[in-house]
Amino acid sequence: MSRMAWMGIAVLALAPFALTSQYLVNIAMLTAFSAFLGQAWNLSGGFGGLTSFGHTAFFGLGAYVAALFATRWGISPWLALPAAAALGGLAGAVIGFASFRAGLRGSYFALVTLAFAEVFHVLATSLDFTGGGQGINLPLKLGLANFQFVDRRASYAVVLALLTLAMAVAFRLRGSRFGARLAAIRENEDAARALGVDIVRTKTAALALSGAVTALGGVVYCQTYLFVDPQIAFGVERSVEMLLVVMIGGAGTVWGPVLGAIALHLVADTSRAWIATPGFAPMLYGVVLLAIIGLLPGGIVSLRERLRRA
Amino acid sequence: MLEVRGLSKRFGGLQAVKSVDLDVAEGGITALIGPNGAGKTTSFAMIAGFIRPDSGRVVFRGRDITGRRADQIAAAGMVRTFQITQPFAGLSVMENIRVGAFLRTADPAEATERARALGAELGLGAFLDRPAAALTVAGRKRLEVARALATRPGLLLLDEVMAGLNPSEVNEIVALIRQVRERGVTILLIEHIMQAVTALAGDVYVLAEGALIARGTPREIAEDRAVIEAYLGRGAAERMTRHG
Repeated sequence: MSRMAWMGIAVLALAPFALTSQYLVNIAMLTAFSAFLGQAWNLSGGFGGLTSFGHTAFFGLGAYVAALFATRWGISPWLALPAAAALGGLAGAVIGFASFRAGLRGSYFALVTLAFAEVFHVLATSLDFTGGGQGINLPLKLGLANFQFVDRRASYAVVLALLTLAMAVAFRLRGSRFGARLAAIRENEDAARALGVDIVRTKTAALALSGAVTALGGVVYCQTYLFVDPQIAFGVERSVEMLLVVMIGGAGTVWGPVLGAIALHLVADTSRAWIATPGFAPMLYGVVLLAIIGLLPGGIVSLRERLRRA
Repeated sequence: MLEVRGLSKRFGGLQAVKSVDLDVAEGGITALIGPNGAGKTTSFAMIAGFIRPDSGRVVFRGRDITGRRADQIAAAGMVRTFQITQPFAGLSVMENIRVGAFLRTADPAEATERARALGAELGLGAFLDRPAAALTVAGRKRLEVARALATRPGLLLLDEVMAGLNPSEVNEIVALIRQVRERGVTILLIEHIMQAVTALAGDVYVLAEGALIARGTPREIAEDRAVIEAYLGRGAAERMTRHG
């Protein structure tokens, strides 16, 4: 990419720090957070074609790690980050190994991930340990040491750092042998196997990587809103939004999740200003997704290629 | 280099492959021929680790690899191509070949360089940055071979690389296979086109209804009564001698 493009991206990313409106900073933060979660999903779902309907399982694990660290064990929330990544990675490895060893692919794999997220949902609701259906409130302890900020711009900075990390992982993946093998598996599993690619191992590693990154988002969410409950952590809506952002932007591309998140939030937030009817947003998501699949299956990213050819 | 003993596979009520024995000598080109449905591709799939045999043994370079996974067998140095080409359609031709190269190096720059060099050598130089889906049938066959060669195999299993090609394309592929052999790669190929088998193979095995019915040089095979009957029907050999 050109230097100009990089500078433009940097200006766009840093612009919210100059905003005085907390409302606008909030929108920027939510958009960046969507882009981050989308990118985390994209690592396995986009680059490897491992379409998951239950990625919120990893997000929720991370959120509960942060909540339990703060309320039960009194451990620094900063340590929740590596712990959540480890747990998310482990969950990804277990779910992946079980599914891929059994040869589950496509919609079967998607349903298994959905089922895992639902199992976690049920567990979080029924266990006393996790506060049951009422969830967990984190005590307010502002300050850098406690990973809690009152200024939305600080939260935005944290989310931006998270997004930068996910982008770096995606760039690294795209250029590596691991990424090339994942793409090969996505395109044609038999051919990949014939060329010496260990299918189960590669796919499991991808899901573990994606699970670890996604879980970091759960920690940051919990530290930002100081609350988690089973629906927030393991509700299907978040899984849907993650894959939606990627599909809209362009699956398996580095910039797709960012473009998808911006587009989705532009549409969702402006529509919310006009029409306040509850349930309108999910309906709109559906329409947007249908339009993308029908008219632009490669997502927004593929527009450039199309325009060049036209 | 490759020793196959008593290889068998049954699909439901059909005995697809019956106790096949096969030897491939290092450095040569061996052909496996037979009418449609004879069990050639099934035998290949079992040798390369895509289907688990019911019984029998596959020994490659002195090691028993029966029941190993396809990727392990590829890593050991035996790689197959597919009769129905299986390109990574969304990737470029170079990226397709690079997947094979990555079996021997983890360095992306080195893998890219080897993929480009090999692609150019196999006549795909002009298409390296084009999507694999844009290739013609002949181009896809070349890509299958290039990708497999990128893994630096000791033994290459070619499953009907000439099917669907016109005569001039067949001649080009025949030249290409010779070129591959000259690189020191041993070849076992399945083929329908007798002209190509005669031009290439030193040793020919004939499979019919799952069982081996003949083995020999191309000339011996062409005159073998059992082979003629398998291809043309019972009594054909006798009628041919009578009229010929």
